Amino acid sequence: MTTPAEVPAGLPAAPEFTEPLQEWHRLHVRMLVVRPLNEGVAMLVPILVLLFTGNGEKWRLIASGATVAMILAFSYLIWRTTRYRITEEKVELHTGLLTRKQLAVPRDRIRTVDLTSKPGHRIFGLSAVRIGTGQQDVPGTDGLTLDAVTQQEAERLRLVLLQKGTAPRAVASEGESAEPVPLPESEVISQLDLKWLKYAPLSLSGLVAIGAVFGVLSNYADDLGLHPVQDLWEWLFENPSLALIAAFLVGLAVVGLILSVPLYILQFWNYRLTREPDGTLRVQRGLLTTRSVSVEEQRLRGVDIQEPLLVRAGKGAKLAAVTTGLGSKGESNLLLPPAPLSVAHQVSRDVLKVGSDPTTLRLRKHPFAALRRSMFRHTVPWVVIAVGLAIWAPSWAWPIPVAILPFAALVGWDNYRSLGNALDERYLVTRNNSLVRSTVALQRTGIIGWRIRRSFFQRRSGLMTIGATTAAGAGVYHVTDVGESHGLALADEAVPDLLRPFLVDSTVDDQAERNA
Amino acid sequence: MSPKSVLLWTMQAAVFWLVLFVPQLIVFLLVSNPPTWELVLMVATGVVGVVHTAVEPSWRYRVHRWETTPDAVYTLSGWLNQEWRVAPVSRIQTIDTKRGPFQQMLGLSTVTVTTASAAGPVEIEGLEHEVAQRLVVELTNTTQATPGDAT
Repeated sequence: MTTPAEVPAGLPAAPEFTEPLQEWHRLHVRMLVVRPLNEGVAMLVPILVLLFTGNGEKWRLIASGATVAMILAFSYLIWRTTRYRITEEKVELHTGLLTRKQLAVPRDRIRTVDLTSKPGHRIFGLSAVRIGTGQQDVPGTDGLTLDAVTQQEAERLRLVLLQKGTAPRAVASEGESAEPVPLPESEVISQLDLKWLKYAPLSLSGLVAIGAVFGVLSNYADDLGLHPVQDLWEWLFENPSLALIAAFLVGLAVVGLILSVPLYILQFWNYRLTREPDGTLRVQRGLLTTRSVSVEEQRLRGVDIQEPLLVRAGKGAKLAAVTTGLGSKGESNLLLPPAPLSVAHQVSRDVLKVGSDPTTLRLRKHPFAALRRSMFRHTVPWVVIAVGLAIWAPSWAWPIPVAILPFAALVGWDNYRSLGNALDERYLVTRNNSLVRSTVALQRTGIIGWRIRRSFFQRRSGLMTIGATTAAGAGVYHVTDVGESHGLALADEAVPDLLRPFLVDSTVDDQAERNA
Repeated sequence: MSPKSVLLWTMQAAVFWLVLFVPQLIVFLLVSNPPTWELVLMVATGVVGVVHTAVEPSWRYRVHRWETTPDAVYTLSGWLNQEWRVAPVSRIQTIDTKRGPFQQMLGLSTVTVTTASAAGPVEIEGLEHEVAQRLVVELTNTTQATPGDAT
C-alpha cells in the first residue's frame, strides 16, 4: 500500500512515511548486553575491589558472581517487561516488573525528540529515544524514554513523531499515499569550528570534571576504608604551608586547563545545528556519547545567551533554547557550545528567523537603587561570615572571607551592570547575573502570566522584580530590580491589556498616597 | 478575602511558633543547669513568635487582594515581601480547591489556578467556602469557552 515512489537519481532516499506501527514492539534485544555495559561500568570498580582485596575467599567470588548475575537478570527483566507501540494518536510504553507503568503520550503533544547513544549503545548500533511533551508539572519525570532501539529505528521515529504540520502525511486516502513529496535538504545553521576550542579552558569544564572524578574516587576510597582527603586536611592543619597550597592550586588549574580541551571535543565533536524540513531544529553533537536533540520550531519560545564570566572575558558565549519538552539532563537545551559572541548572535538570529538578534538590542539600565541592592546582597554574606569566624574560629580563618570581599563587591557591581531589559515587537529581553550572565529573549506571545515581587527593601527603594511566567524553559524569567513605573509599563506593553486593570488601581493608589 | 482569614493566619502562626517554642521549653525545664544561650534563644523565640503572631495576620489581611475579570485572575499577597500574580484566563490549565484542617474549621478554602508554567500557580487563600465554589465554577466555564492548549 505504501510503496515509496522511485527516488530521483542523486537525491538521498526520502525517508519512508510508513503507516504508524500498530502492534507492540520490544526494545532491541541487544539491550540485554548494552544495559549491563552502560550501567555495569559503575559497578565494575566495587566488583573488582570485592574480588581482589581479600585473599581469594570463596564468599567474595560468590558475591561478585551474584552481583553480575543480578545485573544481567535485571536487564533481562527490563527488556522482557518493556513494550512500546505507536498508534495514530499516541505513543505508548508499558514497562516495569513489580510496578507496572503504562505511559502514553498523545502524538500531537510531542515537542522534542532526543536521541542519545552512549558508547555502549554505539558499539551495538543502538540509540535511546526520549520523547518530550509540553508537560512540566512533575519535576524529575523526564518524559517517555525508549532505551533503546536501533539507530535506524530511532531515526525513523524521529521523523515519524515530529512530522506534522509541514510534512506531508499520507493519511487522507489509501491510494494516494504513493507520492511523497521529495524532502528538501536540511539547512545547516551552524557547525563546529575548531577555533572555538579556545573557549574550552575558559568554560572551566576541566575543573568541573576534576571535581566529578574526585567525587567518584573518594567514594571508592571510602569504601576501601581510606580517607585521603581527611588525612590531607589533618596533615595540612599540622604543617600549614602557603607554598604548598599555592602549588596545589596552580597544579589544579593547569590540569583543569589541559583537561578542558578533550572534554570540549568529547561533548561537542561533530556539533551541527540544522533546520530540518519537518519544521524542527536539530542539534547533533558528541564524540563518544552522541546526541541528537530535535525541537519543534513552533514551540521555541526564545533563546538564552549564556556568558560564564571567563568566557565573557574572551568575548564568547553559548546559546540555549527556551522551549518546552526538554529533559533536564546534560544540557539538552544547548543550541551552541561556547563560541564567539558574534557567532552566538548570528545563530540566535537564524534560529529565531528575525532580521537582527533581539539580544543585541540596547538594554535599558536599571535605577541606581538596584546597584545598592546588588552590592548589599553580594557583600553582606561575606561580612557576616567574617564576623562569625572572627568570634568562633581560629584566628587564621577570618581573613579569608575578608580577602574575598573585594571580589564579591566587584561581582555585585558587575551584576548591576548586567541588569537590563528591552522590548521589541516580538521579544522581551532581560539580562541577569554576573558569574553566568544570561540574556534571555522571550517571545511576548509565550508569556502566560506575571509574578511581580516587591520585597520589603525593594518597596523602600521603589524597585520591583518582574517575573514573566512561561510554559517553556525555566518557567519564569525575571527582570530584576527594575524601577516600579518603568517595570509596570514594560509588563503592560509586553502583554497588552493583561495588567491594565491592575495598573489603574495602582496609579489611583499612588495618587491617593501623594494627596494624603 | 474573608475576614476569617486573619484568624486562620493567626492560628497557623501560633502553631508554627509553638512547635519551635515548646520543645525548647521542655528541654529548658528538664535539663539541670541549662546554659544561658539556651535561655536567650528561648526568650527570643517567644518574643519574636508573639510579635509575629500578633502583627503578621492583620498586616497580611490588609495587603491581600484578589480579583477575577473575564480575562484574567489577579492576586496580591504577602506582607513584608509582597507579590502580585496575574494569569490570563486563556492560559489556565487547572483549577483546584483545597482545605487544610484549620480552613475546614473556619469554613474557608484555597483556590489554586495553575497555568502551563511550572512557576506560575496563582493561589487565592482564605475564601469563604461558597465563594470559592462559585469562583471555581465561573473560572471553569470561562476556561472551557477558550480554545487552544494554553501554552
